[in-house]
Amino acid sequence: MGLDFSVVPSYFGVLLMGMGWTIAITIGAGLLSFFGGIIFAVTALYGHWVIRLPMRLFAWLFMGTPLLLQLFLIYFGLIQVGIDLPAFVAGVIGLGLHFAVYNSELIQASILAVDKGQYEGARTLGLSRGQTVRRIIIPQAVRAVIPPMGNNMIALLKDSALVSVIGVMELTLAAQQSISRTYRPFEFYLAAAFCYYIINLALEAGLRRVERRIAASR
Amino acid sequence: MPESAFVEIKNAAKSFGTLQVLKDINLTVDRGQIVAIIGPSGSGKSTLLRAINELDPLSSGEVWLEGVQINRKLPPRQYEAHVNQVRQDIGMVFQHFNLFPHLTVRGNITLAPRMLKGLSEAAANKLAEEQLTKVGLLEKIDEYPSRLSGGQKQRVAIARALAMKPKVMLFDEATSALDPELVEEVNMVMKQLAEEHMTMIIVTHEMDFAASVCDRVLFMDQGVVVEEGPPSVIFQNPAEERTRNFLRKHLARNGG
Repeated sequence: MGLDFSVVPSYFGVLLMGMGWTIAITIGAGLLSFFGGIIFAVTALYGHWVIRLPMRLFAWLFMGTPLLLQLFLIYFGLIQVGIDLPAFVAGVIGLGLHFAVYNSELIQASILAVDKGQYEGARTLGLSRGQTVRRIIIPQAVRAVIPPMGNNMIALLKDSALVSVIGVMELTLAAQQSISRTYRPFEFYLAAAFCYYIINLALEAGLRRVERRIAASR
Repeated sequence: MPESAFVEIKNAAKSFGTLQVLKDINLTVDRGQIVAIIGPSGSGKSTLLRAINELDPLSSGEVWLEGVQINRKLPPRQYEAHVNQVRQDIGMVFQHFNLFPHLTVRGNITLAPRMLKGLSEAAANKLAEEQLTKVGLLEKIDEYPSRLSGGQKQRVAIARALAMKPKVMLFDEATSALDPELVEEVNMVMKQLAEEHMTMIIVTHEMDFAASVCDRVLFMDQGVVVEEGPPSVIFQNPAEERTRNFLRKHLARNGG
């Protein structure tokens, strides 16, 4: 049986919906991983040990265990304790927190790399420690970390396929469902791959724009 | 303390571990006075300057500004609040400018007045324009620091410090990191401040500038003030052998 892509167009709507969900998950989890990463990083560096210690445990849990397991824990596990999250929300939280931990590592290193003179310059004007961290250190650390964090965002986009296992109709699951009706795995997986490629191009173009915009202010 | 004393440092001592970098230093600066601190590197002059605004707190001794003790011993929270308050009155200019690269020139100047003095955006903008006009850089108001030359950066840094309306300005080798041709524009701004009777304490390696602008010169070596006096005495007729040695070496190195 040769390749026959003629069946793909009739499932175009299904794939497009899948793309939409993939984009929504990536944006939701991306934002969570960005802001979560900043909060984790600041807590890890400046927080009281009472907060820092559980955070370390939390970071270890999210870095040291498979993302798939984390998604199962959040979606199926939490039901047992009475937290019944919709699959999409569970997926966004799982992916978002997972990558927030990785982003936090990058941001921490970047915060420590901000020149000591920046801190002194701000403190000399009368800014408090907190004001200096918020207004001077974090904005610079985040700017410096945008390029490597962009790589994390691309990884996040690809790992969003894992969310299919908890039943979110994103691109990979959409392809699988189309396959189960047509028995054309090669065609639909390739079509899905092509869709990921398109989203990836858009994401990379977006990242390049952000990088260009911050270039002057570094 | 005497009526005229504006900045007063009493029995200042500081150690980093076993290294004693300041040994029983006393210094009084009157309102409007301009004092230069000179000396070889490692003599403690920058440390002394940084002790005035608590960037490098003293191990012992006192720092006063207009009747307020800067280095009060307070519980941590109150100390933070106190230091944040008094630092608003002490402008500082650094060797490496320490401009905030993520903010425009305008943002650099208006940040602290807006956050700490509650100025409105319009009032802060007006303030930034005034200060930039003063240092001759009004046209750079919307540039980012990365687009400025070293001399321009330092002039913006001075404008940023002045925007807080400080009672005293501290200069920590403000021209040492500049290319020779850019030093003069910064010196001009400092001279202008001197004419406006700004109280200034200047750590510098530029003897000509110190001689032409300052009322008094302190020569420091190994953590002590070896000699102090008017520039005419310190530069032309120093009493101490160590001062003479330093100046001779300095002249030999810098060709006058």
